[in-house]
Amino acid sequence: MSQKFEGTENYIATEDLRIAVNAALTLQRPLLIKGEPGTGKTVLAEEVSKALNMKLITWHVKSTTKAQQGLYEYDAITRLRDSQLGDERVKDVKNYINKGKLWEAFEQEERAVLLIDEIDKADIEFPNDLLQELDRMEFYVYETGETIKAAQRPLVIITSNNEKELPDAFLRRCFFHYISFPDADTMTEIVDVHYPDIKDRLVKNALASFYEVRDVPGLKKKPSTSELLDWLKLLMNEDIDPETLRQQDAGKLIPPLHGALIKNEQDVHLFERLAFLARRERN
Amino acid sequence: MFVNFFHELKNANVPVSLREYLSLLEALDHEVIQNEVTEFYYLSKAALVKDERNLDKFDQVFGTVFKGLESLGDGEVSEIPEDWLQTLTEKFLSEEEKAEIEALGGWDKIMEELKKRLEEQEKRHEGGNKWIGTGGTSPFGSDGYNPEGVRIGQDKNKNFKAVKVWDKREYKNLDDSVELGTRNIKVALRRLRQFARDGEADMLDLDDTIKSTANAGYLDIKMIAERRNRVKVLVFFDIGGSMDPHIRLCEELFSAARSEFKNMEYFYFHNCLYEGVWKDNNRRHNEKMDTWDVLHTYGSDYKIIFVGDASMSPYEITYEGGSVEHWNEEAGALWLKRLTDIYESAIWLNPLGERYWEHTASLQIIKQIFSDRMYPLTIQGLDEAMRELSR
Repeated sequence: MSQKFEGTENYIATEDLRIAVNAALTLQRPLLIKGEPGTGKTVLAEEVSKALNMKLITWHVKSTTKAQQGLYEYDAITRLRDSQLGDERVKDVKNYINKGKLWEAFEQEERAVLLIDEIDKADIEFPNDLLQELDRMEFYVYETGETIKAAQRPLVIITSNNEKELPDAFLRRCFFHYISFPDADTMTEIVDVHYPDIKDRLVKNALASFYEVRDVPGLKKKPSTSELLDWLKLLMNEDIDPETLRQQDAGKLIPPLHGALIKNEQDVHLFERLAFLARRERN
Repeated sequence: MFVNFFHELKNANVPVSLREYLSLLEALDHEVIQNEVTEFYYLSKAALVKDERNLDKFDQVFGTVFKGLESLGDGEVSEIPEDWLQTLTEKFLSEEEKAEIEALGGWDKIMEELKKRLEEQEKRHEGGNKWIGTGGTSPFGSDGYNPEGVRIGQDKNKNFKAVKVWDKREYKNLDDSVELGTRNIKVALRRLRQFARDGEADMLDLDDTIKSTANAGYLDIKMIAERRNRVKVLVFFDIGGSMDPHIRLCEELFSAARSEFKNMEYFYFHNCLYEGVWKDNNRRHNEKMDTWDVLHTYGSDYKIIFVGDASMSPYEITYEGGSVEHWNEEAGALWLKRLTDIYESAIWLNPLGERYWEHTASLQIIKQIFSDRMYPLTIQGLDEAMRELSR
């Protein structure tokens, strides 16, 4: 249990995030991650599994997902069909139990990372239904009468987009980390990690206009880290001169290739209007 | 350990429980962190706070409880020369404060006491009321609370940057009584869901099919209608005049409600509800809809949301002809009463801050008509309002 997460070469983990991950790792409690969309919540689990050499098991939650599906599902229909065809398999109910992600994580011999992605998408009762299972890391299979217990308690990472409140009893059992939007320094580090050969000045100018875009009041959707990375990639592909970026700031407000940053036509209109006003003021 | 901190958090309305406190201690026991204040801050944050809305409160409490702590534990404290301390402290004390110190036994006495305690104190200590470094009631180690407090080593503080982490209060915006973006509104509005199976049966009901197939002995397919949110909402927006400063907020609420509720109708009114409402503000004077028609058209299962600051002259509510825009035959209060009589679930959302409410007479009248179901237009208020509506 002496493993510690220190971030990876592809992922910049701030100190508070590292401590939260390590606390969850040591105490074997679930870690709940929240934050603005695009700040790398889901990627965290992948990187932790890579850094610590643990297998990653991902469970994407949808609005129709039931807690039971994470444990196991009893496939009654196939059994019914098999029974009519006189299949031998039908005699053993075990053949019709489909293992869920939690079961899969529990039976790993090495410690695994279980990512429960976007837990808030599911029904409000979903987290409550998983309380015992995540706490004790065991559950009971009624059809076969066996108890499944985790060989190695997996590291459970849960992400939430805040669409629903999570029940208190559930929260009490987790560690919590809120990924706040990275400041300019951290952002430069992140960009370095992703595009090591990007021109320094380009990054500086791009970051400056990126934060300017984020600061424009009234934006419906503020661009996030993942959008910035996409945009930089585009800028590199198009081989935009760093100087043009700066000129853009002085001339008009809309940065080149803004389609990667602004994803909402109302926001684009807003920008055009602001640019128009800025130009008019100068004349 | 840290019981004081725990209680301070409770007092500041951060929902912490014993279980979380114990897991913090457990983590410390397992040496998840080295003994450093910043790391302790991060760890306790991860263990005790479970909602970003409380992060700001947490930062503030942490700042007060552990104020001064970060300057200690460097091992430098006992090495500070006495005269240096004295000059430093004198710089920070006013004449009156110095007089108070004299009253408490004089400067030398205080310094002597400080020295004694420094010797007694073997290691860093948190909490309590005697040792150095806690802030709170000890005269030593923290500034600002005790007039005879001695500021120790603040200038030489290595970890000063760490203090800023919580003093920056970067989570301020996440406090739920403040920010209200479209997305937050949507989440709040989502409370108001009434799922029902309505309309055409176009989905296979697997459970029922299996059951009836087993009963009948042949494949008996059962269909079921899809589950839909069938809550119906009627929103009335106050427009113009004193509502102008709140336009943006109302726009956000409107666009969120538009996308959240399938069955939503909206109307505009000015200041108070009278015999006519309208849907298009450009043509408000010639395309008014009779309020009676509205009341007759939309069934009593509609949920009513009024959005307005309810700030006007009281006459505009209580008297015939009180309206500022036209001659109204019947008083606004009567119209509001008619509406609340028909619709069981009706609430009023007020963009005005709650603390101003009691100073406005008209607001109190409307609040009374709505039997106190008036809520501020913040996330928390919206949340409560939706709870009330879904009752």
